[in-house]
Amino acid sequence: MSPRAATHLVAGLLLLAYPLVASPFFVFQIGAYSLILGTIALSLMILAGYGGMVSLAQMMVAGVAGYLVAILGTNESGLLGFGWPWWLYVPVAVLIASVVASLIGLLAVRSAGIYMIMITLAVATAFFYFARQNYAVLNGFNGFHGVVPPHAFGIAWRRPIPFYYLCLAVAAAFYAAALYGERSTFGLALQAVRDNPRRMRALGFNVPALRVFAFFLAGVIAATAGVLLVWFNSQISPGTISVAAAIDTLVIAVVGGIRRPAGPYFGALLFAVLQNFAIDLIDPERFNTVIGIVFLAVVLLSPDGLLGLFARLRNAVPTRSFAEPEPARPAGAVPQRSRI
Amino acid sequence: MSDAVALSLDEAGAHALDLVGVGRRFGALTALADITLSVRAGERRAILGSNGAGKTTLFNTITGDFPPSSGRIRFFGEDVTHFPAHERIRRGLRRTYQISLLFDGLSVIDSIFLACRGVSRRRFSLLRPRRDDATRAQAEQLLHAVRLDDARDVAVGQLSHGQKRQVEIALALAGAPRFILFDEPAAGLAPTERRDLVAILTALPAHIGYIIIEHDLDVALRVAERVTMMHNGRIFKEGTPDEIEADAEVQAIYLGGAHG
Ligand SMILES: Nc1ncnc2c1ncn2[C@@H]1O[C@H](COP(=O)(O)OP(=O)(O)O)[C@@H](O)[C@H]1O
Ligand SMILES: [Mg+2]
Repeated sequence: MSPRAATHLVAGLLLLAYPLVASPFFVFQIGAYSLILGTIALSLMILAGYGGMVSLAQMMVAGVAGYLVAILGTNESGLLGFGWPWWLYVPVAVLIASVVASLIGLLAVRSAGIYMIMITLAVATAFFYFARQNYAVLNGFNGFHGVVPPHAFGIAWRRPIPFYYLCLAVAAAFYAAALYGERSTFGLALQAVRDNPRRMRALGFNVPALRVFAFFLAGVIAATAGVLLVWFNSQISPGTISVAAAIDTLVIAVVGGIRRPAGPYFGALLFAVLQNFAIDLIDPERFNTVIGIVFLAVVLLSPDGLLGLFARLRNAVPTRSFAEPEPARPAGAVPQRSRI
Repeated sequence: MSDAVALSLDEAGAHALDLVGVGRRFGALTALADITLSVRAGERRAILGSNGAGKTTLFNTITGDFPPSSGRIRFFGEDVTHFPAHERIRRGLRRTYQISLLFDGLSVIDSIFLACRGVSRRRFSLLRPRRDDATRAQAEQLLHAVRLDDARDVAVGQLSHGQKRQVEIALALAGAPRFILFDEPAAGLAPTERRDLVAILTALPAHIGYIIIEHDLDVALRVAERVTMMHNGRIFKEGTPDEIEADAEVQAIYLGGAHG
């Protein structure tokens, strides 16, 4: 077994066993929450790490899916709530939110770098203000409450342990899809566009279409996590999709490590722990300062975030328990994983 | 079919490239002025000219890296003046870049694989290519053809200058090219690497034509049947390599330094 497969096996077993040892609070408030935030940040990692496109609209895409769940399903705010069954409103909400993500992509993909960040931030901010002022459909400042997971297959999914496993299944599926997709034709093409869009055009690729498709795929991930997020909070309001929340997503992905799919989950875990416990230690007003300082420290110590920090710690330990002997390689040559 | 139609079709079919009055300005600077140029299918042409003559700009307008400010461009008879770059490439046009434009984070084989995939189907496939995938086999062949077998899994960013130039060539040969634009492919290469390059160019199938921009006359005059001279954004002479070498005006402007 390769060291990578072994790491995944151990991590998988730990995640599966976690609810057996943790209290319901830890299972739900830390476990499920980290998995949801991590998945939203994963959608950003895919755009930024593979595609070189930093979008601040991923939390908004999650929010669109969350609002749709409240509107198409049931809520206790006395507005709309069509009462559709979960197997209908979940796919419809994810699909519509992913189309919205593609439209954002369509606006954003002709710009790059700081301009793309500004365009996606502008869209997210506009949607936040729209949601706050629109009482006819989005119920304005109050949003929707009483939006809970269904009772399906004989399981009450709103209970902490089932809900944790639901989040784990979704996160694991998207994480595995990202690792697989990294080596797919589209995944390679996306990384090539990140490195050199002009050359990709000169190889016959329609670069804007490729980028919009990446926004769509990342949209599916963010939207699915958005459904889990509205169930987790059992409510959605403009606060869920505020500018601060959009920036938190970026911070989570960058602090965890933007180059690999595992990064966002580590970032999300750190964020969830700080959010839950920093408040006990210090006055809530200072919470953002603490988060800011911790994150600044991680990024300053390691430009590759927590993942980079782990890699350095591992390399500092001389014994390599599972490592196979290193093959000799020409000086200066860095082997790439190539399986095409 | 009338004779006139037959003639025009025949002519369109015989020419890989037809440029009529192509110009390109950058603000006040006229980088290309009124370029009219025809290259037959399968023809091998060299373009010579001093730095800043507009040679690279000419390539950029032909491939669609940016559009010309004026004029028309036909590729195998089809007006491609306003086509996006990827559409021209899918029709069989290829190019290399004077300064390597590669994917530093990808391995050599992955880069070549993408070049082959870019001109075939399933460009956006979310599946990994299967072991028996035809594009994969093409990429392996091309890797071998440009003698990069030893660097197969190395990240392009880690390659030597000479190896990067070989990747440039491989990307331009992917798929079924009909016409290739080589922008100073020999720049910065060692003498043995130049010999390899000349061998690759002369071994190309006869139906594949190309234009090569090359300062090294040893290379340029060996791999081209006709030579076009450019200066200040204009074409000022065209002829066989012998005619060009013997031309007094060319000697004065261009070869003076090299032969002096
Ligand atoms: N993208 C650009 N923007 C502005 N000026 C350019 C650009 N590309 C080329 N030029 C100018 O056009 C002229 C021709 O350049 P180029 O085509 O690169 O010459 P050559 O390849 O013959 O050395 C030069 O004066 C160059 O500075
Ligand atoms: Mg040039």
